[in-house]
Amino acid sequence: MTMSEGDLAVTEIKFVRGATIAARPPPAAMTGALGWLRANLLSSPFNIALTILIALLLAWLIPELVKFLLIDAVWTGADRDACREVVQHREIGACWPFVWERWSYFVYGSYPIPQRWRVDVFFAMLAIGVVWLLWLEAPRRDLGSVYFFIVLPITSFILLTGWSAIGLPPVDTALWGGILVTIVVASVGIVCSLPIGILLALGRRSRMPAVRLFSVVFIEFVRGVPLVTVLFMASVMLPLFVPEEYSPDKLVRALVGIALFASAYMAEVVRAGLQAIPKGQFEGAMAVGLGYWQMIRLIILPQALKITIPNIVNTYIGLFKDTTLVFIVGIFDFLRTVEVARIDPKWAAPVTSTTGYAVAAIFYWIFCYAMSRYARAMEARLAQGDKR
Amino acid sequence: MKRFASMLALGLIVVFAQSASAQTLKAVKDRGTLNCGANGTLAGFGLPDAQGKWTGLDVDICRAVAAAIFNDANKVKFVPLSAKDRFTALQSGEVDVLMRNTTWTSSRDSSLGLTFTGVDYYDGQGFMVRKALKVNSALELGDASVCVQQGTTTELNLADFFHAHNMKLKTVTFATANEAVKAYDAGRCDAYTTDASGLYAERLRLANANDHIILPEIISKEPLGPVVRQGDDQWFTAVKWVLFAMINAEELNITSKNIDEMTKSTNPDVKRFVGTEGNYGEQLGLSKDWAVRIVKLVGNYGESFERNVGQDSPLKIDRGLNKLWNKGGIQYAPPVR
Repeated sequence: MTMSEGDLAVTEIKFVRGATIAARPPPAAMTGALGWLRANLLSSPFNIALTILIALLLAWLIPELVKFLLIDAVWTGADRDACREVVQHREIGACWPFVWERWSYFVYGSYPIPQRWRVDVFFAMLAIGVVWLLWLEAPRRDLGSVYFFIVLPITSFILLTGWSAIGLPPVDTALWGGILVTIVVASVGIVCSLPIGILLALGRRSRMPAVRLFSVVFIEFVRGVPLVTVLFMASVMLPLFVPEEYSPDKLVRALVGIALFASAYMAEVVRAGLQAIPKGQFEGAMAVGLGYWQMIRLIILPQALKITIPNIVNTYIGLFKDTTLVFIVGIFDFLRTVEVARIDPKWAAPVTSTTGYAVAAIFYWIFCYAMSRYARAMEARLAQGDKR
Repeated sequence: MKRFASMLALGLIVVFAQSASAQTLKAVKDRGTLNCGANGTLAGFGLPDAQGKWTGLDVDICRAVAAAIFNDANKVKFVPLSAKDRFTALQSGEVDVLMRNTTWTSSRDSSLGLTFTGVDYYDGQGFMVRKALKVNSALELGDASVCVQQGTTTELNLADFFHAHNMKLKTVTFATANEAVKAYDAGRCDAYTTDASGLYAERLRLANANDHIILPEIISKEPLGPVVRQGDDQWFTAVKWVLFAMINAEELNITSKNIDEMTKSTNPDVKRFVGTEGNYGEQLGLSKDWAVRIVKLVGNYGESFERNVGQDSPLKIDRGLNKLWNKGGIQYAPPVR
């Protein structure tokens, strides 16, 4: 090694470094897949135990599920013989041809076949409305809400029930069924329950005794009665008092029952949010001269609803699954059409019921999970201001 | 004043409701559709098919009533009812006729304000066992464990039967028929019991239907038939005779295929039936060709039976008691004259 002039000085103060060292990559164990594993799954003994437990659970469930739903499944066939072990001489999983054949029944119920395009149009219009309303970058969202809350309900009503004057033959709601009914009942419940619930929640906190009393009585009465009872009363007891010509349609009765029911629950959810807003917000709003409705609309509700998003979505998901209760009054919702289909002797086989229920589970899970994910994204967006 | 008005309105409503229930036939004609309370989840009796069209033996009786009134078997609105709310629905006027595999019993005929018009299917409780068990009679089931749906008359009949024959009973009960069948198939019990018609339907669902037999004993009487409200004799008679017409048609060998030739028949029985002689249909409040409409649009009793539950259906239920009286069964209808 050769030495230059500065070497001596440097050796004397060698603990001083003239330049920063280039940053070294983090330890291999802290990055990439391994790091993620350590941080998220194996961060403490308790988490390690949990991870092992869940891994075992998945290892136990997933292969069985895949085997039943895909590997052993039957994909084509004309009747029950395709899905029976004694005929096929092999292990049989899900019986999909049964679902293919019954799928249109699952979607439309007994809706007359030549008229089913009307249901398709309704689904398409609803999908457009939902995307327009929920996708934040969508153009002209103001028009979107007019479309969703005014145009869509009226046109769907005409489209689905029919109007002879414009050449749509009337279709009795007794013929509606399947996913159509589930979607109609759930959307009416979801769309009606939030505004009515907000009004009831405000009413319950109102200083006007009559309004408060009405809200309290309504909420406590509706919450105190099982939904099944409300539906049953509406469908069976009403005709005793009202002559047949004047009694409302069965589906309408169920829709009103479910909407009121969901509203009562929603009212309490919203009230929790209102309760959480500090008094200073109300006083501040009044001090700058806002009237009651301006204060509620501009200051209180935006904050209150933000806090209650998880609970609102919770209620919505509960409501979506509660729609299955309409079968009590003889309306064939999606789950009921699955029940009916699995009884059909044409497809009677040991796996038929399981396949039907698997389809129902997947259907409800997709919708509930979608709601949950959208709400999570919304929460994350609204929480930006709090995080900083 | 307001209170008075609302009381008056309520009073009028009650009066209207009562007068409507007293003239069901007229109400049905004015409405243009028959409201029929049906099961909706019983294979062979009331079940929508893949196109959403209602099918079944019970359903056919309703279609026959509609055919007789409107000459259109599709002018029926089927209202699916559960076992619990079926009588309430009929009492309240929500349906005009209840056609939901309902067993005719004395208490139902007397205390509910309802009345049975006839029997469209003679059912009874039976047993299914594995062939490997080598049991040929229900009397050999002592000490056997029996799968049964809980809270049904089925469970009570089972206990009565075992008690009456001094046999020891081990029941395994389940909330739903589906679970009970699954358990029986998995070998948790030696026998499964329910109404015989149900046994045939459930047997199809087993892993290997051929390994199981249905024992010959029927341990209860379950005559199933149409039900209407008491106090409307015209409607009661009309519904009663629709079923009689289907049975009579089979007895006279009138089918949906030969009905057109039969209208030209010279046989006096057939002439009265098809309405070329006498005015028996009008006497019932229906049309002259009421029976022709029923047979043409729905079929005779035997056709409906075979199509829905018999040899032309997957259920393949033996006609047994439901054969005509002159063929060894007990289905019998008074003559049209």
